[in-house]
Amino acid sequence: MTAAVAIPAPAAAARGRAPWPLLVPALALFVAVVIIPLVLTVLLSFHDWGQYKGIEPVLILKNWQEIWSDSYFHEMFARTFRIAALATLITAVFGAPEAYILNRMRAPWKGIFLLVILGPLLISVVARTLGWALLFGGQNGIVNKGLMSAGVISSPIPFMFTETGVVIALAHVMMPFMVLSVWAALQRVDPQIENAAVSLGAGPLTITRRIILPQIMPGVLSGAIIVFSLSASAFATPAIIGGRRLKVAATLAYDEFLNTLNWPLGAAVAVLLLLALVLIVVSSNALIERRYAEVFR
Amino acid sequence: MSRNGPLALVFHTLFVVFMAAPIVVVCLVAFTPEGYLSLPVNGFSLRWFRAIARYPEFVNAFWVSLWLGAVSSLIALLFAVPAALGIARHQFRGREALSALFLSPLMIPHVVLGIAFLRFFTQIGVSGTFPALLVAHVVVVFPFALRLTLAAATGMDRSIEMAAVSLGADNWTLFRRVTLPLILPGVVSGWALAFIQSFDEVTMTVFLAAPGTETLPVRMFLYIQDNIDPLVTSVSASVIAITMLALIVLDRLYGLDRVLAGHSDRGR
Repeated sequence: MTAAVAIPAPAAAARGRAPWPLLVPALALFVAVVIIPLVLTVLLSFHDWGQYKGIEPVLILKNWQEIWSDSYFHEMFARTFRIAALATLITAVFGAPEAYILNRMRAPWKGIFLLVILGPLLISVVARTLGWALLFGGQNGIVNKGLMSAGVISSPIPFMFTETGVVIALAHVMMPFMVLSVWAALQRVDPQIENAAVSLGAGPLTITRRIILPQIMPGVLSGAIIVFSLSASAFATPAIIGGRRLKVAATLAYDEFLNTLNWPLGAAVAVLLLLALVLIVVSSNALIERRYAEVFR
Repeated sequence: MSRNGPLALVFHTLFVVFMAAPIVVVCLVAFTPEGYLSLPVNGFSLRWFRAIARYPEFVNAFWVSLWLGAVSSLIALLFAVPAALGIARHQFRGREALSALFLSPLMIPHVVLGIAFLRFFTQIGVSGTFPALLVAHVVVVFPFALRLTLAAATGMDRSIEMAAVSLGADNWTLFRRVTLPLILPGVVSGWALAFIQSFDEVTMTVFLAAPGTETLPVRMFLYIQDNIDPLVTSVSASVIAITMLALIVLDRLYGLDRVLAGHSDRGR
């Protein structure tokens, strides 16, 4: 799937043997510390576990059958992907127009606001989520106070320990990825096309629908893939805002590993999450590249 | 170029408020003079920043994070610079696959990596140690180190190298005196971005950290799980301040949008 990561071929292409001395150290590192642990994890998901006997290294389908048949896991995975889909939708609906507005700004403001909007990407996700916990806070959270005094709502909306809260906080955490992706798409767009449309008598609605949207759509879609896959595997935000009862895949796997100590079941949940995400990312990437082949050329 | 209308500016203002609100709130609450969570309405106080010093768990975690970030990014570069030169300058079978492998820690959810590392380190008996945590962080920040080094190596003018070779420079001299200085901005930015990634990482580290090797984000996360008080807001505000500083340096040095371009290929 990283085929989409374009690494330009060297100018004077020295086609032939790989420069092994340069590559072997990193390759060895990755085989030892990425591939082997991942294989071990897949094997682990087939092992047996008992309260007293611990992990038994046999190959059985017990954990997979449990996930397949227990409605608890169905609900949990449905919740995980529902939250991820809603967070993706919010980032697309608000992030894409914002990237467009940013792109039309003038010199000093453009840089400043780009820093303000993309900067949070590098701030610890724990600190950002803590901010939302403070804003949502118990009975008299700042958001509810503000909404109530503005007359938008009459009674406080429960944000903490609800899906609504998790979705809003996740959308905030992921927003920079969407803005960045649409921003990158906008850099390839010729602003004169818009002017041409105006001179031909197109209204703002027609321009948005016929000129701007088709051009930024690849950026929105590839941003959506990033946001969706990161949201579906998010850990700290659902753990803090969702609390102990509102489980998603990542927090459930964490619980199985560090509280229940049923490692094989936790491994099965994690492997399933990985497989689902790889499937979704690969197929949607293929779809986008076929649909927008001309843009990626 | 046409300008943004009033409606666009209202939207933009609301958007910026949304993006900044949680961060501003954390920083404001950190300055509260009260003993409980509240906005500092009756003046500012540094009492909760001073209180950090009385909690060795946070201070230790800070040093662990700083060391872990600095050393893991450096080690990642030791592996990434040769690999980037190899990938940037040679065309060979399996080049795409190798790049995909090297960038795979961006694709694999960190919760899966955390589980895989925990299982692996437990089996070889090093679970919970600092070296184990270090190796895990090297792998996770490797793609960031690789990307920026790769960009620098690809954009480099190779005729300068050829001139050095024609003047009799050997391989090591060539690398030390010509190639490395030319790709240095990319390498330094790669180190800085890798450092920030390591410094902020929580999802994978929470599986690997034991008492004594807990990083700052992990300590903060575990603290918040129990209760939220002004202390954790002052710790968070300090982290935000450090990140902002690094951000501004990075922006001056390399341009933030170029650094962050590495992010936009996540998950692809």
